[in-house]
Amino acid sequence: MASLFKSAGERRAQSRERRHAAEHGSFLEYAGYRWLKIAVFISVFFLTVYLLVDVEPRHNGGSWLGYTLGTIGAGLIVWLALLGIRKRRANPGNWSVKAWTSAHVYLGLSLVVIGTLHTGFQLGWNVHTLAWALMVLVIASGIYGISVYSMLPEKLSENRREMTREQMVESLSAIDRQLEAAALPLAREDTDMVIAALEHDVFKEGLWQRLTGRRGRAPTRRALEHISTKRAYADDADDAAQQKVRTLLGRRSAQLDQIRKHMRYKALLEIWLYVHVPLTIALLAALAAHILSVFYYW
Amino acid sequence: MADKVRVAIVGSGPAGLSAAARAAELGMSHVLLEKTDHLSDTIYKYQKGKHVMATPSNLVLRSPLDFDAGKREVILDTWDQQMADQKVTVRLNAEVAAIEGETGNFTLNLKSGDTIAAEAVVLAIGTQGNPNVLRVPGADLPHIQYQLDDPTEYVDEHITVIGSGDAGIENALGLAADKMQGNVVTILNRGAEFARAKSANVKLLEEAEADGRISVRRDTTPAEVRPGEMVLDTRDGQETIPCDRIIARTGSQPPRAFVEAAGIDFTSEDRGAFPQLSPSFETTKNGIHVIGALAGYPLIKHCMNQGYDAIEFLNGNLDLKPADEPILAAKFNALPGRKSVEEWLETFRSQVVILQELSPLQMRELMLDSDVHAFGPGDVVFTRNDSGSSMFAIAEGSVAVEVNPDDTDFTVPIEQGSIFGEVGLISGRRRGATVRAAEPTVVMELSRQAALKLLATSPSANRAVNRISVERQLLQLFGSGLNPADVADLVDQSEVVNVRAGETVINEGADDKDIFIVRRGSMIVEKDLGGHPVFLSYLPAGSYFGEMAVIDGSKRTASVKAAIKSEVIRLPGDAFNALLDAKPELREKAMGDMAGRREINDFVESRKASFGGAVDMYSQTAQFLVDNGLGEATDVLLIDEKLCVGCDNCEKACADSHDGLSRLDREAGKTYAHLHVPTSCRHCEHPHCMADCPPNAIKRGPDGEVFIDDTCIGCGNCQRNCPYGVIRMDARPPKKPGLLSWLLFGAGPGPGEANYSWRKKKAEAEGKETPKVAIKCDMCSGVTGGPACVRACPTGAAIRVSPEKFLSVARLEDID
Ligand SMILES: Cc1cc2nc3c(=O)[nH]c(=O)nc-3n(C[C@H](O)[C@H](O)[C@H](O)COP(=O)(O)OP(=O)(O)OC[C@H]3O[C@@H](n4cnc5c(N)ncnc54)[C@H](O)[C@@H]3O)c2cc1C
Ligand code: HEM
Ligand code: SF4
Ligand code: SF4
Repeated sequence: MASLFKSAGERRAQSRERRHAAEHGSFLEYAGYRWLKIAVFISVFFLTVYLLVDVEPRHNGGSWLGYTLGTIGAGLIVWLALLGIRKRRANPGNWSVKAWTSAHVYLGLSLVVIGTLHTGFQLGWNVHTLAWALMVLVIASGIYGISVYSMLPEKLSENRREMTREQMVESLSAIDRQLEAAALPLAREDTDMVIAALEHDVFKEGLWQRLTGRRGRAPTRRALEHISTKRAYADDADDAAQQKVRTLLGRRSAQLDQIRKHMRYKALLEIWLYVHVPLTIALLAALAAHILSVFYYW
Repeated sequence: MADKVRVAIVGSGPAGLSAAARAAELGMSHVLLEKTDHLSDTIYKYQKGKHVMATPSNLVLRSPLDFDAGKREVILDTWDQQMADQKVTVRLNAEVAAIEGETGNFTLNLKSGDTIAAEAVVLAIGTQGNPNVLRVPGADLPHIQYQLDDPTEYVDEHITVIGSGDAGIENALGLAADKMQGNVVTILNRGAEFARAKSANVKLLEEAEADGRISVRRDTTPAEVRPGEMVLDTRDGQETIPCDRIIARTGSQPPRAFVEAAGIDFTSEDRGAFPQLSPSFETTKNGIHVIGALAGYPLIKHCMNQGYDAIEFLNGNLDLKPADEPILAAKFNALPGRKSVEEWLETFRSQVVILQELSPLQMRELMLDSDVHAFGPGDVVFTRNDSGSSMFAIAEGSVAVEVNPDDTDFTVPIEQGSIFGEVGLISGRRRGATVRAAEPTVVMELSRQAALKLLATSPSANRAVNRISVERQLLQLFGSGLNPADVADLVDQSEVVNVRAGETVINEGADDKDIFIVRRGSMIVEKDLGGHPVFLSYLPAGSYFGEMAVIDGSKRTASVKAAIKSEVIRLPGDAFNALLDAKPELREKAMGDMAGRREINDFVESRKASFGGAVDMYSQTAQFLVDNGLGEATDVLLIDEKLCVGCDNCEKACADSHDGLSRLDREAGKTYAHLHVPTSCRHCEHPHCMADCPPNAIKRGPDGEVFIDDTCIGCGNCQRNCPYGVIRMDARPPKKPGLLSWLLFGAGPGPGEANYSWRKKKAEAEGKETPKVAIKCDMCSGVTGGPACVRACPTGAAIRVSPEKFLSVARLEDID
């Protein structure tokens, strides 16, 4: 009743409070680990029931317990998949993707228990087990996901050093423009090395190089080594020009390093979703097939 | 010298053009004098293709010339055409250097040496002013120019750019951009750093220097200009360089000096003041009239109407009602009693103390930016904790202020003729009390802009508001047991002090005994622990400090310095002590506050011993946040980079809930200890962006958000004024296909801001022309659930904070 008597101002102050009340913390800790507790409770509860009740002739998907677990499991899978839509719909309302993700992770993990108990450990080479296996794979990729989510952001941030991706690219092209001009006075052989370095495009390096962060052919480093070892101590008139090219190559190499690391962390943070999501779709298909076939043969 | 004209109109902006065209229409002898070689230089200099807007839309246009929203080119062509058709006498390249004589017999001296005789003068020169000219021998040589329209025009020249601001750097970069032009470009900087320019420009310049495309001469000033060469003063003596062209970009002088030289008085010394005007736009110098932006009306429609009106008045049509009459009439409609617009204006002017000095014209202008309301007894005017920065003035009736939230029966009256709500205006903070009408009451609500303009132009209003605000702030701070008589002494001895950002108000260890109230801005309290300044707390406007030394006579236990440019009220300690002696309850309250602060002191000191690193970290983080605008913010988006996975879902959600454009740039911005302040609005207490918005389109909304309404004309002033670079200028993109059709069929660009080419193509296909307007965060005001950016963040990295909460010692426990 009391709220009826609140003035517009007080209500507004309250809603403001709520905006800031979205407390500062990771999705894993959301609301004091609420979803972790719920998930643990559900898992323990069904495990106990599974162990305590005696189903004839043995535990399987077709018993009353099996049906219960199956219905809950299928419902959960569909709901878990809906995160993909929730994340992309910015409509008004008292929801947050953080709360959804928190529930997603913990309830998703509890599926290991629910789904597996549902099978009654009757696994074989059939569409039913296919659905189970896909589920396990999706969950496994999810576990990989939360592990990179908790380890990599810090590194991504440190490597960025307040630069945006565009600024990194711009800085590289600024160095390149200077290199182009600085390399002109060098001997033919050196200029060729520099040009080879300039022609190499980091953004065209393959996926494997991107994920491992390995440098591949690294023509910049080669040019740097070439020019510094062969001519570093020659005290001819060209030395000033070489000095400049050397500095620039050094800066280019450092800049490339930063860009490679940035792309590597970003790729590691994203790549698993390219497994998690397609497998989810496959899982939904297999789940549908599994349910249809069960009812068909019934 | 030609024959004397009835009126000489100076400046061919929309105001001058309209005046000249009306004079031609009436057959009045006239001449329009324009400095440049084209009409309407301000609009001429808009970006090519800019969509010019015709706000306010409810104002009728009164001019022989047409004007409607549209492309800059179309508008300028129309005017050129109509000016020719209507046989208006125009003299281009005719800069007026001085105006002499008296009404009926003025002489206008042109820069070329010619003179023009006129009976009356209409000044419509806008506010652009004149570029600063070089003051060295040879400064009158023809190869010096003060503007660069097209950098590709010049080839194979030695060009020297003078000036180290953005304009100079951009010109130099433009001239050196294409090697094929073969220009040798030099830029001179008086100092060693390019402190006045944007860092992006400085970077580009340094790069061009490293490439050898531009020669940058630091610590160098021009000494003499000669044909084909130039002498420089460098640190190592004089040096002569070849030079075929000089481009001087050393800022510009506002036109005030020129106007004052003609004998015209301004309303005050303030930088924002305008010339004093009569209702017929006549200045204090009889016979000279001022209209347009120079008179304080920057919108094109107002300018054109005033041009027409000024000529009508000169022609003897003194009954002419201003074009904004219907707008005012509509405002006054809501009030009881059938009074005419003039009668109402006079009622407000004569009843409200702070308005009594205003002229009828100023009254009109003020009223256009204000609102009027009528309240019955008991009606709420505003509620405690509402956000609002407007100020109210009582024309009829009185109001009651509920100063104590727990006891609504206890009220303090404010009488007819006085003002209230000034605290929000001055401190930028929320309303401190609920105010109700005590009887049938008529009030005027002055928008923040209108109120600030009033204070800037009327010194007596400024003094009156100052005194009232100090008194009320004291009463509010020290509780309901006091009345104005109790604090009268203190108010008399108080002094408002301006403090620069970073300036210290109280020094730890000193034994001065004053007490201070933060009136505007904010302070940070620091304590020296083993040589390290340790951040103790953050004091927003409305708090007081310095009471410990006054109450117990001790030395200052901590330093207090301004987080941003601030104003504090200094109260002498003795007078405060006398008040405490007279009011024991007050002493008790003050002791209570003091004990709380002691506790914080002790807490930090105890932590320091157990884990020093955390205290340092906390101090440095606090300092970092203050440096990045938290000190003047009300609500900021922060990203915890220990959690952010870089998915940019915050940006996508922002775009999808706001016309398809994101108002935040997550990656950009500064970071300290993994706490990142992205480029996104801080919703400042005193928003810089509001300062210079011609249609006053930037407002503060009910949730405290600073937002831009749809009267924005896209001039870009706010973008330049925001120190945090959070405003972008862009056209609202066309609608995207829905989420499901994207998910299922891949239709459209998907969630988030569509890329530029998609937006452009789609807009072209729809054949709609959408103007570029200013776009910024509105804190998702009014949206259930609050800001979309925070709700959309999957990991909890994005948070919105207010400085008081976030800069509290409570955070010390979070760290480590
Ligand atoms: C980027 C930008 C966008 C804008 N967009 C809009 C919009 O969309 N809609 C809108 O309503 N308003 C807009 N404005 C505001 C509007 O353009 C100006 O306020 C308006 O042009 C002022 O008109 P004016 O006639 O008073 O003076 P101005 O237009 O400034 O004209 C003054 C003229 O006087 C000349 N002059 C100056 N000194 C002398 C002298 N001594 N002798 C002779 N001539 C002299 C100048 O060369 C100039 O031609 C915008 C402003 C800017 C900067
Ligand atoms: C069968 C079970 C699961 C299904 C069907 C499922 C499905 C999905 C889907 C559809 C998304 C949306 C991805 C996107 O659109 O970008 C998603 C995201 C995610 N899932 Fe799962 N998931 C399951 C289990 C899990 C588990 C067990 C974990 C963790 C242990 C997990 C962790 C995550 C995380 C961290 C995200 C990313 C959130 C984000 O960045 O927006 N998932 N999942
Ligand atoms: S609060 Fe709303 S408008 Fe502001 S940045 Fe977040 S999503 Fe955008
Ligand atoms: S736009 Fe800039 S100046 Fe305006 S409130 Fe936001 S941060 Fe402050």
